Amino acid sequence: MSFPVPLAAKRSASGVPTGRLAMWWVIGSEIVIFGGLLVSYILMRTMYDHWSEYAAATNIIFGSINTFVLLTSSLSIVLAHHYSQQGDGQKAFKFIWLTILGGAIFICVKAVEWTMEIQAGYTITANVFWSFYYTAAGIHACHVIGGAIAMGIVSFDVRKNKNLQRVEIVGNYWHFVDLVWIFLFPLLYIAK
Amino acid sequence: MSDEHAHGASFYVKIWGILLVLLVISIIGPELGIRIVTLITAFGIAVVKAWMVAAYFMHLKGEKKFVHYMLYTMLIFMALLTAGIMVDINKPQGRNWVNTAALHQMETNTVPKE
Repeated sequence: MSFPVPLAAKRSASGVPTGRLAMWWVIGSEIVIFGGLLVSYILMRTMYDHWSEYAAATNIIFGSINTFVLLTSSLSIVLAHHYSQQGDGQKAFKFIWLTILGGAIFICVKAVEWTMEIQAGYTITANVFWSFYYTAAGIHACHVIGGAIAMGIVSFDVRKNKNLQRVEIVGNYWHFVDLVWIFLFPLLYIAK
Repeated sequence: MSDEHAHGASFYVKIWGILLVLLVISIIGPELGIRIVTLITAFGIAVVKAWMVAAYFMHLKGEKKFVHYMLYTMLIFMALLTAGIMVDINKPQGRNWVNTAALHQMETNTVPKE
């Protein structure tokens, strides 16, 4: 799969390559999206003590496994970036797909976890806590799927040693997805 | 990424190792059941982990200053949003309004009937 090289790959009027700068803007807007959601959750959580009873039903084992998976996938994409900088598209390709595998494992674990919770009656309409839970984790899971698709598209050019600069851009997005989970994990799973 | 913030592969593996150690601490700490320990180990460590990912994996540490300012601006927007909604969420009643459901929950501190 090949795409024409966009202007963003060649221009860096600000001292930061335009493609990377665009990704920083995306991340900036995502901070407000996830930040608003998490702040609302924290405010309500501090107001209603009984939410700790709901939070006790979340499964810390699934949460911990997924945190481990995302941290590890962050390592693999930063290694993909490292090898892309060295001009080794083949190695970068392998690490990109290792990262995609991490994303797939994350979604599979989430699917099992949600199935168990829904079967136990903890649905998105059960109460406001579970609404927050499914909304926050659901939006995050959509980002994981989107990031995995983007990495898959980027990887085929990378294998041919083309457009290697895209690895850093998609990598930064993936790290941000990991970063959001770092905050979701204690909020939804640890604080009982 | 510019050359000034390039690292070797082993450096990233070390950062990953530290992140995993912090993950273990953040899981074990809250098991003690002490509120302050939970706050530090769960949320304090989350901030440290997030900083490490941003600084070393996203290479924010070597990035141009204006990118930092842009991200800080977004955090300020988040703080403004918090200030704006805090009164509405954390107070069950105001001068001209009453959130009866919230007031009931706060007074009784009970799980509402589904």
